[in-house]
Amino acid sequence: MTVSLRRDAPRSRSGRLLQRIRKGGLPYLFLLPALLLELLVHFVPMIFGILISFKQLTLFFIRNWTGAPWAGLGNYRLVVDVHGAIGSALLHSFVVTCAFTVLAVGLSWLFGTVAAILTQDSFRGRGALRTIFLTPFALPVYASVIIWAFMFQYNNGLVNELLHNVLGITSRPSFWLIGHNSFFALVIISIWRNWPFAFLCVMAGLQGIPRDLYEASAIDGAGIWQQIRRITMPSLRAVNQVLVLVLFLWTFNDFTTPFVLFGASAPSPADVVSIHIYNASFINWNFGEGSAMSVLMLIFLLLVTAVYLLGTSRRRNNA
Amino acid sequence: MRIIRVSAVAAAAAAVLALAACGGGTATGGSGGGNTKSTTLTYWASNQGATLQTDYSVLNPQLAKFKQQTGITVKVQVIGWADLLNRILAATTSGQGPDVVNIGNTWSASLQATGAFLPFNGSNFAQVGGESKFLTSAVGSTGAAGQPPAAVPIYSLAYALYYNKAMFAAAGIASPPATWSDLVADGKKLTHGGNYGLAVEGASIPENIHNVFILSKQMGGSFFDSAGNPTFTTPQNVAAVQQWVNFMATDHIVNPGDAQYDQNQSLSDFAKGKAGMLLWQAAGTALKADGMAAGAYGVAPVPVESGTPSSSNPDSMVAGINMAVFKDSKNQAAALKFVNFMTSQSESVKLNGEYGSIPPITSALTASPAANQEQTVLRNVLSTSAVAMPQVPKESQFETVVGTAVKNLFADAASGKPVSAATVKAQLSSAQQQMQG
Repeated sequence: MTVSLRRDAPRSRSGRLLQRIRKGGLPYLFLLPALLLELLVHFVPMIFGILISFKQLTLFFIRNWTGAPWAGLGNYRLVVDVHGAIGSALLHSFVVTCAFTVLAVGLSWLFGTVAAILTQDSFRGRGALRTIFLTPFALPVYASVIIWAFMFQYNNGLVNELLHNVLGITSRPSFWLIGHNSFFALVIISIWRNWPFAFLCVMAGLQGIPRDLYEASAIDGAGIWQQIRRITMPSLRAVNQVLVLVLFLWTFNDFTTPFVLFGASAPSPADVVSIHIYNASFINWNFGEGSAMSVLMLIFLLLVTAVYLLGTSRRRNNA
Repeated sequence: MRIIRVSAVAAAAAAVLALAACGGGTATGGSGGGNTKSTTLTYWASNQGATLQTDYSVLNPQLAKFKQQTGITVKVQVIGWADLLNRILAATTSGQGPDVVNIGNTWSASLQATGAFLPFNGSNFAQVGGESKFLTSAVGSTGAAGQPPAAVPIYSLAYALYYNKAMFAAAGIASPPATWSDLVADGKKLTHGGNYGLAVEGASIPENIHNVFILSKQMGGSFFDSAGNPTFTTPQNVAAVQQWVNFMATDHIVNPGDAQYDQNQSLSDFAKGKAGMLLWQAAGTALKADGMAAGAYGVAPVPVESGTPSSSNPDSMVAGINMAVFKDSKNQAAALKFVNFMTSQSESVKLNGEYGSIPPITSALTASPAANQEQTVLRNVLSTSAVAMPQVPKESQFETVVGTAVKNLFADAASGKPVSAATVKAQLSSAQQQMQG
């Protein structure tokens, strides 16, 4: 059936089809396998996820999950009900994630940009310094987060050793992996991991700015701050637009860092959405609820991305 | 418009092709796997030894023996605890799993509810030796009451109090505490100069939940009513959680640093003499690995308020490992034979001896006398005063939410915040609401 469809179609109307293909369909035909694979790899799991979010897929049905009863909007109602325990926990987790993302992305970008600008002019050891800066990005996530977890230990961690015993900044050792500090521990590790990427992107962007602009502005009397404000930043706008978006999406969805650092039960101040959804699905075995949360996050991320791209593109066009 | 139509036809054709290819692939794979001459079982073993390699070297000779006796080949894969439950869930969802699997016995009722396992009803149970072959308390942790067990016990464990003999002697304590007030009094004597009375695993979900469960049981409390609904906020449960956290918060016999422990650091603190007491399941082999000689510590039953543990005044949960057969297995008869072999008297003595656990097989218990003081205490606890964790489908969820609540309370206590009955009740109430999902 398949074979005949494929062979007969061109035979009966081969002339017209060839003509059409020549008229511009050919590129699309070549794109087709890639498009189908893309659909298979990306959209099929997403569609399953969305389907599951409308089902009551608890442990009683995972063996025969197509037989799970439909829940309608039940899962969604449960997770957006901010007065209920599940909804309010999700809202808390969402707020934590937003705060975490804004801090981590903002500071990663700042460190990356500052470091890129400072290493722009050539000096002795610049290559070595750039390489060192990039190491965190090259290390395997799991290994580096485990090392951070060791450093954040209460009794014998390097961080407490330094802050408390050596420098005497804190009056007693602090907890970093439980309680309020766990949020900052997460932010610090995230920045440490991501700023090299910002550094790399901005560094590449800086190569594209003609040196003449700086020389001409220097003759006109512009200082370093004015050069950064008027030349560097506007020239980097396209790079920054993509960089900040990518950092935002990575950080918001980051699962590995918090999971390796805290395990399945993250302390409440650092209970980010990725871990929260993992818990709903794999610890509580309520895949319908977990999927509903995932879908809501997907919608949120799509909205933010769309608004961000629209906003930044318009500004760029106006400029 | 034309372009769209052409692409649509091509897309449909390609999609049909892709589907056909998928169907073909599955069919071939299925027939290839099913019809082999001699039976081969796949067995997912839990990690019982110090490393996965230890488990392979313990299990492989026994599997060779089984093959010699029955001609059935068993391919074993030892799976770490962090992955085991997720692997079982994936196998349950896809229907593509091993034939036989080890599970933590507290998961029994949850996994039973998924319908993934072959129920040990009359005839199946008879094929592995029947109920009388197993220790009663261990059978109590194999699934919901009134239903055929979803699994049978293979290794059993119980909690005991481990105490540092030298530290006790130095503090002038003659015998290990039998009641909780004695434990606190002794703990205070042991707490000085950076050393503490008791080491706890404050950020560990299972350790927290097991200890809190037992404390609540001693007060006559329960985390579920007879209909299986959560009753987390009863006065007994609040008091139990408060008592557990207060060892750190108000009694100050636990190092605040323990609030962060979830990698067995409390074991190594005890082994290094930084803490005088430890509540643990069969800690002997781990303490030896941490460099503590067997003569340096004593083992006693976990304290109870009355001083004498009994089945109505329990001092331990029934800990251990169960063995289950997947319902999707194509070799159920062979799988049952294998379960029968692994729980036979000789294998039970051998395997439990290697792992330092207690044989849940009645004849194996009588055939192998307790090797040391630890074994004597644990055997006695297991046969007289241990109770099963709640056998309800939401057991694993209960462990997570309540265990996390206790972990949060330890974090509060460690940072010097007071842990009142009201804060405990609020945490438990929030945990209970999360169970409704």
